Amino acid sequence: MPMEDFKNDGRFEGRLSLDDAWRLYRQCDFLQLGRMAHSVRLGKNPEPYVTYVVDRNINYSNICTCGCRFCAFFKAPGQDGGYVLGRDELARKIQETLDLGGTQVLMQGGHHPDLPLSFYEEMLQFIKSRFPIHIHAFSPPEIVYFARIEKLGIAEVISRLRAAGLDSIPGGGAEILVDSVRKRVSPNKCSSGEWLGVMEEAHRQGLRTTATMMFGHEEEPFHRIEHLFALRELQDRTGGFTAFIPWAFQPMNTAIRRDPETAVSYLRLLAVSRLVLDNFDNIQASWVTMGPKIAQLALYFGANDFGSTMIEENVVAATGVHFRLSVEDIRRIIRAAGFEPCQRTMVYERVHGH
Amino acid sequence: MLEIKTYGRLGIADICDKVLAGERLSVEDGERLFACPDVLAIGSLAHEMRTRLHGTSAYYVMNQHINYSNICVNGCRFCAFGREKGDPKAFQLSIERILEKVRQRLGDPITEIHIVGGCHPDLPFSYYETILREVRRLRPDASIKAFTAVEIAHFARTEGIPTRDVLIRLKSAGLDMLPGGGAEVFSPRVRDLLCPRKLSGRGWLEVAGQAHRLGIKTNATMLYGHIETERERLEHLDALRTLQDETGGFVCFIPLPFQPANTRIEGAVSTTGVEDLRTMAVSRLMLDNFPHIKAYWVMLTVKLAQVALYFGADDFDGTVIEEKIGHMAGAESEQALTRGELERIIREGGFTPVERNCFFERADKAV
Repeated sequence: MPMEDFKNDGRFEGRLSLDDAWRLYRQCDFLQLGRMAHSVRLGKNPEPYVTYVVDRNINYSNICTCGCRFCAFFKAPGQDGGYVLGRDELARKIQETLDLGGTQVLMQGGHHPDLPLSFYEEMLQFIKSRFPIHIHAFSPPEIVYFARIEKLGIAEVISRLRAAGLDSIPGGGAEILVDSVRKRVSPNKCSSGEWLGVMEEAHRQGLRTTATMMFGHEEEPFHRIEHLFALRELQDRTGGFTAFIPWAFQPMNTAIRRDPETAVSYLRLLAVSRLVLDNFDNIQASWVTMGPKIAQLALYFGANDFGSTMIEENVVAATGVHFRLSVEDIRRIIRAAGFEPCQRTMVYERVHGH
Repeated sequence: MLEIKTYGRLGIADICDKVLAGERLSVEDGERLFACPDVLAIGSLAHEMRTRLHGTSAYYVMNQHINYSNICVNGCRFCAFGREKGDPKAFQLSIERILEKVRQRLGDPITEIHIVGGCHPDLPFSYYETILREVRRLRPDASIKAFTAVEIAHFARTEGIPTRDVLIRLKSAGLDMLPGGGAEVFSPRVRDLLCPRKLSGRGWLEVAGQAHRLGIKTNATMLYGHIETERERLEHLDALRTLQDETGGFVCFIPLPFQPANTRIEGAVSTTGVEDLRTMAVSRLMLDNFPHIKAYWVMLTVKLAQVALYFGADDFDGTVIEEKIGHMAGAESEQALTRGELERIIREGGFTPVERNCFFERADKAV
């Protein structure tokens, strides 16, 4: 459709085509794009709420055979500084999360060459037998890797993890879901088809998942739009994604030399995501990468969720980007933007008392 | 710009009409803009005005900041920079040290040197005159933008001469322009509570007016986000534009979000991005006779300053180097930006970078 058909109150007929989305992303006036996205966001989440989740990122290990060029967090097997968290440390971190009003832990690690699937099953069982907490864990590349080292099918790995206590799967490792890009920046990581395949199988087994995009490394701008359409197509079939979270690649301490994406670039992509992903209920702002001020403004560019309080975060911090916010800060920032803060769970149910 | 009917729905169609017709907004109009929940609609209106004035240009300056001393008799509660004489963290640069800082950067294509400090109890007036003379001699190609109206009034008091004479003597020593600092919020209520010993709002405006009449251009600031009301912000803007009607001597307005760390305002918290952008936009819309509005990245963060170019701002300030006042109050921005970084950020925001000097004349890059 021609650009004039996009009214600045955000109403347009039907779905965006790939071509529509591309032209909006490239040509639409910045504030008008934001306004359209905000209008769509208000249509989907008409109450004055902006949600957030109280949780902690626990990286059970940083030992990884993948060696992705954009990663500042991993240690190769045998390299100094590699670790696998012990049970006591894990228990302490989870107890602390519960004490702080947390409802879930996000657990991700590397592709550890020597840990069998039973290690992860036992870890889940250990947590579930001791703590009433939602476990949001193992991004698709980890699941594909577990399947490979155990010579099992994806469906069996997911069902075993699920039986051991896995509640949902985070959308990490999506990076850009275009294989030509993945071959350049993360050649040892699962393909885009495998990433989508894990999510489809998880949804089929009743696990909800999120989806992410890490942009601003070596992809072309058009690849970002293709990524959104791959997600939209899968969501049409399964409806299993709860939220989409785009975030900008942070280049420091990585093997990719380039300048970081700017705030305007981030907000444009966020707004287009809201417009393309008409079958996603929720879009998250990323204060961890963009800082509190831009994350707050993101609430007017399509985001309806402030993400996690991140009691602990290690992966972005490894690139030298350190933003820290308390629950009180997050609630104040949401209020100052004109919304009502509301603590939620992974499946976007309100936490009692909020 | 957004459709007119959007402003009708928001109940500010009349304000939109005034902006489009180039008519002045009242303080009450400003209050309605602050109260309007749709920050993008306000931003879009400010962007319309900014685009009419400057097209897609976004300005920046190659500059150097020098803080000659943090010793200050004022003790303002919002300040994390000032120290009493004798405090272990107090410093005072010798003329030689200042010149050394200028000398260190002689190879950089700097067009503006920004020099400010505290209200020092006993530095002689000759110290300031010497700074200007020597910096001018060392770096004749750069303009010197130095000493806020508050410092000018302080020099007058310690020297026992009228402020007008201070300005004349500094001008003859090499002063090109005054920066806009020390304006804070003009409201006597706010100043009594936060900076009772500082030059009054009326006094600040008097010094700025005197400078303008002597042919010395100045900037103007507003430090917001502490204890002031929106009405007090708007009255501050109104006072500035009234003086500007009379003198035309203001070049640029700079809204500065208060940084609470290491200051003495209990319970104070940082402003948020939406508040910063709203204040930027309202400033653009109210100050219809100010040519330029600055997004000062040191205080806003680089990311928000870039976005502010869509909320009324047309200037990104500059390379800065060695800024102390904002950073000592916890500003989380970078310490300095290079020309390449400034131009990239402006360009990726969708604007055309234009290098300027302190008077906003386009710089000749061949120099």
